[in-house]
This record gives sequence, structure tokens and C-alpha cells, in this order.
Amino acid sequence: MIADNATSSPADTTPSNGIPSRQAKKQFLHDASQYVRDADHRAFVRKALAGYYASRDAQKARYRDWEHARDAANLAKWAAVNRLDEVLARFADTFEKAGGQVHWARDAAEAREIILGIVRASGAKAIIKSKCMTSEEIHLNAALEKEGFGVVESDLGEFIQQLRGEPPFHFVFPCMHVRRGEISALFEKHLGSAPTDSPEELTMIARRHMRRLYIEADVGITGANFLVAETGQISITENEGNARLTAALPRVHVALVGIEKCVERLDDLAVLLPMLATAGTGQPLTCYNTLYGGPRRGGECDGPREMHVVLLDNGRSAILADPEQRDSLQCIRCGACLNVCPIFKNVGGFTYGTTYQGPIGSVITPHLRGLADWNHLSQASSLCGACTDACPVRIDIHHHLLHNRRNAARRAPNRLERIGHQAFVAVACRPWLFAAGGTVFRRLLWLLKKLQLPLLKDWLASRDLPAAPAQSFRDQWHSRPRAALAPCPAERSGSQSGGQR
Amino acid sequence: MNARDTILARLREALSVPGPGPHQRAGEMEGHGHASPPPTPALGGLQILALEAARPWLPEGGETLPERLAMFAENLGRLKALFHRTPDIHAAADLLFALARERDWKRVAWHSHPLVEALLPGIPCATLHVDDAGGLSADLATDATQRKDALEACDAGITGCESLVAQTGSILVSSATCGGRGLSVLPPVHVVVATPEQVVATLGDAFQGLLSGHPNGLPSMLSFITGPSRTGDIERILVLGAHGPKELIVILVG
Repeated sequence: MIADNATSSPADTTPSNGIPSRQAKKQFLHDASQYVRDADHRAFVRKALAGYYASRDAQKARYRDWEHARDAANLAKWAAVNRLDEVLARFADTFEKAGGQVHWARDAAEAREIILGIVRASGAKAIIKSKCMTSEEIHLNAALEKEGFGVVESDLGEFIQQLRGEPPFHFVFPCMHVRRGEISALFEKHLGSAPTDSPEELTMIARRHMRRLYIEADVGITGANFLVAETGQISITENEGNARLTAALPRVHVALVGIEKCVERLDDLAVLLPMLATAGTGQPLTCYNTLYGGPRRGGECDGPREMHVVLLDNGRSAILADPEQRDSLQCIRCGACLNVCPIFKNVGGFTYGTTYQGPIGSVITPHLRGLADWNHLSQASSLCGACTDACPVRIDIHHHLLHNRRNAARRAPNRLERIGHQAFVAVACRPWLFAAGGTVFRRLLWLLKKLQLPLLKDWLASRDLPAAPAQSFRDQWHSRPRAALAPCPAERSGSQSGGQR
Repeated sequence: MNARDTILARLREALSVPGPGPHQRAGEMEGHGHASPPPTPALGGLQILALEAARPWLPEGGETLPERLAMFAENLGRLKALFHRTPDIHAAADLLFALARERDWKRVAWHSHPLVEALLPGIPCATLHVDDAGGLSADLATDATQRKDALEACDAGITGCESLVAQTGSILVSSATCGGRGLSVLPPVHVVVATPEQVVATLGDAFQGLLSGHPNGLPSMLSFITGPSRTGDIERILVLGAHGPKELIVILVG
């Protein structure tokens, strides 16, 4: 039923290499200006985040030293990323020894083909899926549905987004932008349930609907938050129990995982699991943290007969090849940088037009989809550094946005910007020209508003130009009363303390 | 070249250009405004001891057993799980009897485990033994569906556990020792029976216990259960019992 009515193939129809740069940028500016005007909706999203801030801070306070714990988490991921070739090969060997099957996918198309192959070979009729951002990245659901396989998202937020026919708004909180009334109407339409405004009742409607689907599904598809090289296990973090059921009941379990998820040792998770939960949702540990090391073993009474792990590159090795931004592969997708980002809060998740929204998405998307097309994302930042401060593995996010800007300017220099800068230098180096220019500018400031120049139009739409002062600063300075030249008290005390040292 | 070799070759080539060390920003190893970084020391000499380094900074797990028990109970309360401690197995059986009566359980699922088996005899409802194939061949898909249906219809699942973690209030279950993958997550109530000695301080200790407790290889599934199943997907409002158990009840015996 669901497969007929809605697909979760994201509205984000951008193929990884398709549209020319201006179109993605145009879309971004258009969507941003739309969203930013919806004050009600922005307030709704901010309110949803307020609860997150409170629980995150309470949980952080229980760490004996959060900043040092960040260092340790950084070290665990850094060590794995900087030896990714070794740890990944080790993971694959260990996992295969335990009876699992490893598949390597160079790009999205190859990953889709591999998974379609597994699903076809299993003779599957129904597929259940738990939250997996990598599958959004490769548009897996659309590919499965095109081949005639029904696929249902079991995570509540993802299920709601699937019914809505929308991609996730936020890669940790997929439907944080949707009001309960809309969800009630959605369930009424697709599941025939009675309307309600209780989040609990809505959750139970989805729970009841999903129970049979777990039991009847032949294939379960999940992602993974970590791969453990030492023990050949994948680690899945979730709150609802849907991933547990997805990996317990169907005959075949397929996990689609980015290659950067690998860590070296089981012990590393003793640091990373609590950090992921605290930074991501403000919990001590997410409700279910589950390690899978292959299909059901002899003596175990249930579990899948086959387990496949599909390792996805899809541009990640290109990030690794850029030593400057290599650390962005340390990302554990907690979403903390989105939750604190003033831009995310004001433009919303859909505006980005990417699988991974927010600051970290703006860093990695240009690598995954091309800098020319996605450079505008790095301009969508106030460079305030809130993202870098929030990152539990200490990725230098806001500097990477600057690096992306620099790289884009090198690759395709903006001639207009360069001419403007040269003109400014020429004027600023000649005091007489600077003074004369200032006089002219003060006189003609009103004209700017009248003219509605295309470059300034957007800027002035929501801002008032101040009236030009009658006198420039230089004129005021030259005509100041001479008595004001005496040193101010602050300067005196400053020089005193300097003398004592 | 196959995909594995291609990807591994790409990674090796990428890593042949050294990058910043841990806790180092790209800017700190970069000449002013230039992209080509000077070489940094290779990885080989570095000792990576993430866990040992992190242990003193993560949330506490308790030094002594009484501290650990207190911390575990406090964390369970915060997670909205129920915690009971009984002096002996008979008191635990009485408690389970009362729970079954009070909640009007029709059928509970269980697995072979000394503590679980000791609790069951007096229980006032039907039982389902998940370890027992019950004459069904697990290879037949229809039978498998019947088994899943039978488990889904139970009111509660009763399991043992590998260990309990004081630091986070977590229960570690495995597919080998806790009745497989479904028992602890499919029924709407999960009852865990354990002894106080099973409470360890931290996640790291739990991992150590696993590796030493399963020398012939880890079970195919290991799960840290931290409170009853929950979701905040609707307006970030907490709801218990999203897809897994709505209730988690821990009974410590002794």
C-alpha cells in the first residue's frame, strides 16, 4: 500500500554530477528566501531544538571532562581514517571469516546494482528498511521500487517522510519540521487511522502498522554507524528498536555503509558510542547500540541466514586525498553541528538540497558532488564556529568552509570581485581620492535605494539604508576639540600594570 | 582491477600525502595561504590508546560494587526503566508472579538460562520456549513465520544478560546467551534477570568481559539496551515503546 502511494525517493532530484552550478545555487537562494520568511515555522523548529539543548547540556555535565573526551574521540577516529586502507581490509577479512559477505562499491550506481542483485537472488517480495543516510545518498528506494520491490522505512521519522514523499529535513531528526496535526492527517490518509493530536497515539499507530511488516519482510536493509576492524562487526545506533527488528526477523540482512565508518578496535566504541549519543540527542547512550558480526551462528535460535555489508566509496576517497580536509571523514553523523548552526535554523534542512544538511554537509558535499556546483554552500555560513565547537570528534568545520571558498576562488576566480578589490586598493591608497570618493558617496547614497540595482535589491529588501551623515569621519576628526587628546583612564591603568611586570 | 582493489588502491594513494596529526588543524601545518602542506611525522611511531586516554574523562561508572549498583539503579530510573532487587530467587519468582497477575499476561517467552528457568515454574500464564524448535524446522519459511508470529503474540520476553553497565544504565544482551535476536526486542515488555555481580562499571569493562567470555568468537549479535524503546520523532516529544518494548524491567537477584 505504501509503495503505491509514496516513494521515498527524495524530492532532491539532483544526480551526483548533473545540474550546472547556477541552478543548484539559484535553488538554494530561492528556497532560503522562502523559508526565512516563514517565521512561524522557524520558531517551531527552534522550539524543537530547545529540548535538545537542555538534555545535551545536562548530559555533558555528567562527563568528568567533556573537552578531553572530545580529544579521545578525535584520536580514535583520526587513527582509523589515517590508516583507512589497513583497517578497512582488516574489517573485510574478519567479517568474511565469520560468515558474512562483503561487497565493494566504487560509486552509487555500483552500490545500487549490488543491493538489487542480493534482493533479486533472495527471491524477496517485501523489504523492510531502517534509517540509513547512505541509502538516501545513492537513492536506493527509488531504484528498488523501479524494479518492483516494495520497501518500507521503519524508523518513525523516516516512515513519515516516506509517506510525505520528502527526503529527511535533518539527518538525525528526519521530520522535526512536521507538526503533529500534519502527521495525524497523513496517517489518516495512508493508514486509515482516526485523527489524534497525541504524539504517543501517533507513534502507536505506526508501531501497530509496522509489526506485520517486520515479520513478513524477506530482506532487511540497514546502515551502520561504525565498522569494527578488530572484531569484524558493524555497529548500529538507534532509539526505536526498528533496526534491531530489521536485523532480527528477515532472512537476509544487508547493511550499506560508507567506508569512513571504520574504527580499529572494539574499545574505541567505549568512547564513541556515548559521545555520539550525547552530541546527537543528549542521551547517555542511545537506546539500542547493537553489534552484528555475521549471520546467525550455530546454536542461535533466530537471525538472518545471510548477512551482507556493502562498503561504499562514492567520493569518500577523494576527501581522503585532500589532507587539509581529511578530518571531515571523522564525522560520526551526530548532527550536533546542524542543531547549533544559525544558518540551518534560519534556512531549514531542505534548502541545502543535499543528503547531508548543515555545516558538515556543506563541507563534504562539494567533494561528493563537485565543487563548482556546490561551492555556494560554503558561503552559507557566518563562520561563527559554533559547529566546530559542537563537534564531538573535533572536525575543523568552519575553517573547511573557508578552505572550500578559497579552493573555489582558485579554480574559478571571480573577475568582478577581483576588479572591485583592485579598485578599492587604488582608492584606499590615495587619501585625496578616498576623501573625494567619500564625499560623492555620501551625496548619492539615496540614489542606491532608488535605483534598485540587481546586486543590491535582495540585500535592501529587508534592510533600511541609513541616512548619510552630513560630515565624514575624517572631517569630524580634523575638527575635533584639541583638549580631547589627553590619554584616557583605561590607557593609563594599562600602562601601569605593564610597568609592574 | 576489481572494486575492492580499486578502492583500497585509491585509499593508499590518498594517504601517501601526509595530513595533520590528531588535534591539529589544517591551518597549523600550512604555509600562509598555501595548499601544499609540509610533511608531518609518519603514523608508525604513534601509540594510539584512545580508551585508556578517555577513561578518566567519560561519565563515572563507580569504583566498588555498591557504588556501581547505586549508579546503575539511578541511571535506570532516569531512563524510565523499572528496577527491582530481591534477596533470593524465590522472592524474584514471587515478584514475577505478581507482575504477570497485575498486567494480565497471557503468555511469556523465555530461553534456556539458569536464572530464567528458576523463575518460570510458578508463573500464572502460558510460556513459549524460544530455544526449543518445538518440532518446527527452522529452515522452512512458513514455519519461521509461525515462530515469529508466536513470539510477537507474547506479552513479555524474559531473558538473562551478559552484563549490566553502571556508567550508562545499559543491559548487554547477546544472541548466544539471551535467546537470540528477537526475544529481547519483539514482545512489548522485556524482563531481565541478573545477579549483582554482573554489574560492571563502564562500557569498556563490558567489552573486556565479552572478549574474555567468548574466546571462541563473539555471538553474531550484541546489543546494549539503554532503557525502553523510545522516539522523539514527533515534535521532539519523548514517547516510549516506538517499535521495541514499552517497558523494561530489571530484576537483580541476591
